[in-house]
Amino acid sequence: MKNIWNFFAGTLVLISKGSKAYFCWVFFLLGLMTIGAVAYFQQLNEGLIVTAMRDQVSWGFYISNFTFMVGVAAAAVLLVIPAYVYEWGPIKEFAVLGELLAVSAIVMCLLFVTVDIGRPERFWHLIPKIGLLNFPQSLLAWDVVVLNTYLVLNLTISVYILYSLYYRREPKHNFYTPLVLLSIPAAISIHTVTAFLYNGLGARPFWNSSILVPRFLASAFCSGPAFMLLIFLLVRKYTKFRIKDEAIQKVAEIMAYAMFINLLLLGAELFKEYYTDTVHLDSFQYLFEGLDGHSALVPYIWTAMIFNVTAFFLFLVPATRRNNVTLVIGCILVFIGVYIEKGMGLVIPGFIPDTLHEIYEYSPSGTELLLAMGIWATGLFVYTMLLRVAIPILNGDFHVADDGVGSYIGDKLFFSRQDTDEAKADNTSESNR
Amino acid sequence: MSEIKKNTYDQHRSRRKFLKGMAAGIGLIALPGKDASASMWEEFFQKHFRELSKEELKKVLERLENEYSKQFGKQVAVKATPPIEGVRYGYALDLSRCIGCRRCVYACVKENNQSRDPQIHWIRVLQLDKEKGVDLSHAEQYYNPEKVPEKGHFYMPVQCQQCEKPPCTKVCPVQATWKENDGIVVVDYNWCIGCRYCMAACPYGARHFNWGKPGLPSAEMNPTTHYLGNRPRPKGVVEKCTFCIQRTREQPGRYPACEEICPVGARKFGNLLDPESEIRYLIENKRVFILKEELNTQPKFFYFYAT
Repeated sequence: MKNIWNFFAGTLVLISKGSKAYFCWVFFLLGLMTIGAVAYFQQLNEGLIVTAMRDQVSWGFYISNFTFMVGVAAAAVLLVIPAYVYEWGPIKEFAVLGELLAVSAIVMCLLFVTVDIGRPERFWHLIPKIGLLNFPQSLLAWDVVVLNTYLVLNLTISVYILYSLYYRREPKHNFYTPLVLLSIPAAISIHTVTAFLYNGLGARPFWNSSILVPRFLASAFCSGPAFMLLIFLLVRKYTKFRIKDEAIQKVAEIMAYAMFINLLLLGAELFKEYYTDTVHLDSFQYLFEGLDGHSALVPYIWTAMIFNVTAFFLFLVPATRRNNVTLVIGCILVFIGVYIEKGMGLVIPGFIPDTLHEIYEYSPSGTELLLAMGIWATGLFVYTMLLRVAIPILNGDFHVADDGVGSYIGDKLFFSRQDTDEAKADNTSESNR
Repeated sequence: MSEIKKNTYDQHRSRRKFLKGMAAGIGLIALPGKDASASMWEEFFQKHFRELSKEELKKVLERLENEYSKQFGKQVAVKATPPIEGVRYGYALDLSRCIGCRRCVYACVKENNQSRDPQIHWIRVLQLDKEKGVDLSHAEQYYNPEKVPEKGHFYMPVQCQQCEKPPCTKVCPVQATWKENDGIVVVDYNWCIGCRYCMAACPYGARHFNWGKPGLPSAEMNPTTHYLGNRPRPKGVVEKCTFCIQRTREQPGRYPACEEICPVGARKFGNLLDPESEIRYLIENKRVFILKEELNTQPKFFYFYAT
């Protein structure tokens, strides 16, 4: 018990140390979070009427972001499988960073759902036994269960490994391997269940297509790794953490395959809808070409298409995959492309035209944008804090001091260019408290 | 629809204990202001409608009556009349008679205490082309001519179809909406968390959300209410047509407001289980159809052509 407290106290000291860039970043995020919180209080006060959602389009920007973030969270499994199942060294060294990303992404998912519901204070109605969770009937009930399970699993695995390393012990295989193996189907399940949530509605032909689940999974295996690669390249450049080229290459290669499957499935869906040309084509028409003069999403979806196809070729061709500049460009393109396609591009056309064929054109209100920005900042803040602790531990720069009570902090800067004098002069010291 | 299991005494106890703990926790964050009354906490911890014992229900109804009477400055009654044995309600609408006057829309608003601002309508009247027939993709909801009916058009009012297999109740994550034994699909406004999954699932656009605080002028408030029907709603919950549960479940009952107001007698309402009822006669003898039959929701709202 005392050990846990010492570990926790040590991390608090650790996160309060860092370079100027680190503090600028942290306070920047805290500022955005404050703005988001103010927007949320306004929304709580006046109701969801401050959003642009209405009866016709009853889910909007929040649920779009939620759906996208579930994909990012699920993608951690792409590191977990090669690391723990195939015991592939180059990825195993940093698989825990993927698990921490999953934790941060799920935190964002839960926040996006919370700000979307009309009566957040009644959340306890969702707790089994205490409230009345409609399990197994409601897919939303399933989502509550799998998302929380996935969060707990990833949190347990990563904290256990980091905690063990902090006390300079080898993490026990018997303890974490079963959890890791469980986290693989859990990752698949969060995305499957989220897709089923849309999929099972006969009222919405746009979602009621049997390839929605594979489409979700394929795009998740693009967007999540894209975000991870961007983070890893930053981490490699600005912290003392080393990530091998071959690991990054492997992830980029998997993304090329995933993007191919994603585009293939989308093409299959488009063929079926356009060739059969039934009334169910309306939503696709709204998305890709506009319907009855309404075309708010058209420029976005074509941007997404161009980005995704370009990125596919960048990851497919070995020369551009190995080049760091084109790799970064590819990751950014994929991230934006999938954000559009599996965010607003998936949720909004489900409601346009609505079930009685009314067209209400939706675009997020200022409150929705500010609040979403606040949640993104919260997610990045959580991930920054987790990395601030995890990276020094993995590097051996943060562990229990020789007296077994205090902690040794060997990395006081955390975030700085690795070739500057400041970094070289980084004085390692021991702090005994 | 799965039955809610009867809770054992133990479960109730553990729930109460948990809620007490939570109350203390939330109390610390000072959620209630200075004028927070005990009734606010009672409302927060109120159980699901179908889990309330008789005494608990009585207390809840009293609390709501006091609250509404104070709020609207008149004596408000909140009943919770249960379904009548041997009754399953059905509705039929004669498309050859409807003239699209929208009197039903406004009679419904008046009877059921919908928010006037922002405006909520449980009935939406579609203007359709005679040439195209019942083709929703050419429907117009916002028609506004000097006089109805307009040449070349016919009208189709759409409201909750009270499905036998409602897709909306299935998806609710907290069982806040369900089908009663008389076939009416209801919402517990004190249990709904406002996630709006039911709105995505409904194929008829029959569910409406209180996006803002409902604006209901005291003078226009109908004080005869039912817990599952037309009592005033809070902000952030879903509401829908209940076949005027506050009228139709009483004995002697009254017809739904939309049925009563219709100037051309296009609307028919009755007991589907009674072989002598008018509604049974219409279903058996007229050309009847239901909306979106392919979705297998099995509506108890029938459209027909009498002439």
